[in-house]
Amino acid sequence: MENRSFYNEILTEHNVRPEFKHDLPDADIVLEGVNPSCGDDIFLKLKVEDDTIVDGAFVGDGCAISQASADIMLGMVIGRKKEDALQLGRTFMKMIKGEASEEEIDSLEEASALRDIAHMPARVKCAVLGWRTLKEALSGEDAEDDEDEF
Amino acid sequence: MKDYRSEFPLLTSEGFRKSTGMEHDWIYIDNAATSQRPQAVLDAEEEFYKKHNANPLRGNYPLSIEATQMYEDARRAVRDFIGAKSVREIIFTRNTTESINLVAYSYGLSHVKAGDEILVSIMEHHSNLLPWQMVARTTGAVLRFMECRQDGSLDLDEVREQITEKTRIVAITQVSNVLGRVNPIREIAAMAHEKNAVVVVDGAQSTPHMAVNVQELGADFFAFSGHKIFAPMGIGVLYGRKELLKVMPPFLTGGEMIESVSREGAKYAELPHKFEAGTVNAAGAVGLHAAINYVQKIGFAAMQEQELKVTKRALDGLRELPHVHVLGSDLPEEHTGILTFVIDEVHPHDVSEILIADGICVRAGHHCAQPLLQHLGIGSATRASFMFYNTEEEADFFVKSIASVRERMGYGK
Repeated sequence: MENRSFYNEILTEHNVRPEFKHDLPDADIVLEGVNPSCGDDIFLKLKVEDDTIVDGAFVGDGCAISQASADIMLGMVIGRKKEDALQLGRTFMKMIKGEASEEEIDSLEEASALRDIAHMPARVKCAVLGWRTLKEALSGEDAEDDEDEF
Repeated sequence: MKDYRSEFPLLTSEGFRKSTGMEHDWIYIDNAATSQRPQAVLDAEEEFYKKHNANPLRGNYPLSIEATQMYEDARRAVRDFIGAKSVREIIFTRNTTESINLVAYSYGLSHVKAGDEILVSIMEHHSNLLPWQMVARTTGAVLRFMECRQDGSLDLDEVREQITEKTRIVAITQVSNVLGRVNPIREIAAMAHEKNAVVVVDGAQSTPHMAVNVQELGADFFAFSGHKIFAPMGIGVLYGRKELLKVMPPFLTGGEMIESVSREGAKYAELPHKFEAGTVNAAGAVGLHAAINYVQKIGFAAMQEQELKVTKRALDGLRELPHVHVLGSDLPEEHTGILTFVIDEVHPHDVSEILIADGICVRAGHHCAQPLLQHLGIGSATRASFMFYNTEEEADFFVKSIASVRERMGYGK
């Protein structure tokens, strides 16, 4: 059957063979993120040195969108300054809301594979779970206090 | 089969037709969530507002009397439809959830005491579970569960032992909204009555698919929703045995449920109006009346024949697929049109997303029955639920789509 669904190869690859879905025993930040609609439940684990994310991983269960998105995110933020990672997250949210420019979407590299989520309101929470948890982990802010969900 | 689909405007609407690249028109197999409505129901509701609209049970001018008559005609139709003795036993509500809450708050809180027991089945929809959790919490009663086997069946010997002198309420669904299994209500009700417990039956999934007689079932309370049986959303029914309803306090208080009110208190109206506070959903009731007429015109025998054919076709197809596991019985006749399943390694929301891409509407998630899924050892599942207007061709497209899911999710064939 022709695959007209939203699941492209980048997504399925990150879901089926995730690079960062494993334990990280020496993590210094561990935070749980939950999306009750799909029952997605992840633990994001980060190792931060001098404002730089030097390593990261996640464990948990969830739908393909949540798992692939978290995996892609970790690939992008490891090695970056905290502030740069948060900036990427803000751009990602813009894309999910359908407000990002082509240039901004390009800057999201593999995460741009999730751009069509903008047309799928029921799955937005899956796509942003990893990024929302990252923001909470790095900034210590409760996502619920935020007006625009990131 | 006669072409019933043409009687359902949505199923033949432009927006539901196939668009470029689609192999078929949209396939609606989420009927356990809500049914579609036939033209006759839509007409009845519209006609009420266009020609007969006034606040029923209030004015004494002809229009209000007409509205009252239509509303009360609907009550008589429901009485006959479920085999109640009296129209006084038929209370209109918004839906099954409200009906059961009415029983829990009114009967439950006034009749259950600390140390008493409430028995529910593990397969209850949250709407027939959370109200009893509330009663147990508030009164200090104990909530117990009738467990089911992996195929969804209950062990009646075990149930017999669970119903004791302490049991005040046995709450059970007639048909599981996840497994489609029909529970032996009559047998369980007989056991409950031997111990003087009352039986609350959730009929949300049964009434659209089978003839119900509350007296033969032995239901003391029976709840169902109009929207699952082709009627509008926002109209539901609670049946209660008159002896019980009479001694129950009102659930909601206010307008239209009184005989007289003074500064200090009120004398409540007679049944069933005691339980229908505020302006009622008369147009919804009229729509439900039309839906009942529609069901009776087609007949449950014809509906069941088609539903079984389609369910069997889909179940046979799914059972050919090695990574697909259907919950509940192996027999299509024990599914009431409901097939809930999991696919190895693929999350149900991803399954439903693939089906959407193929133009198929199903439901994914916990189906408001989390304890049952936990009992069966899964977190969530995908559910297809068929109605008599679905076809074997649709079942084939559904199976074909499911067969392609793992490959499309990157797992190879």
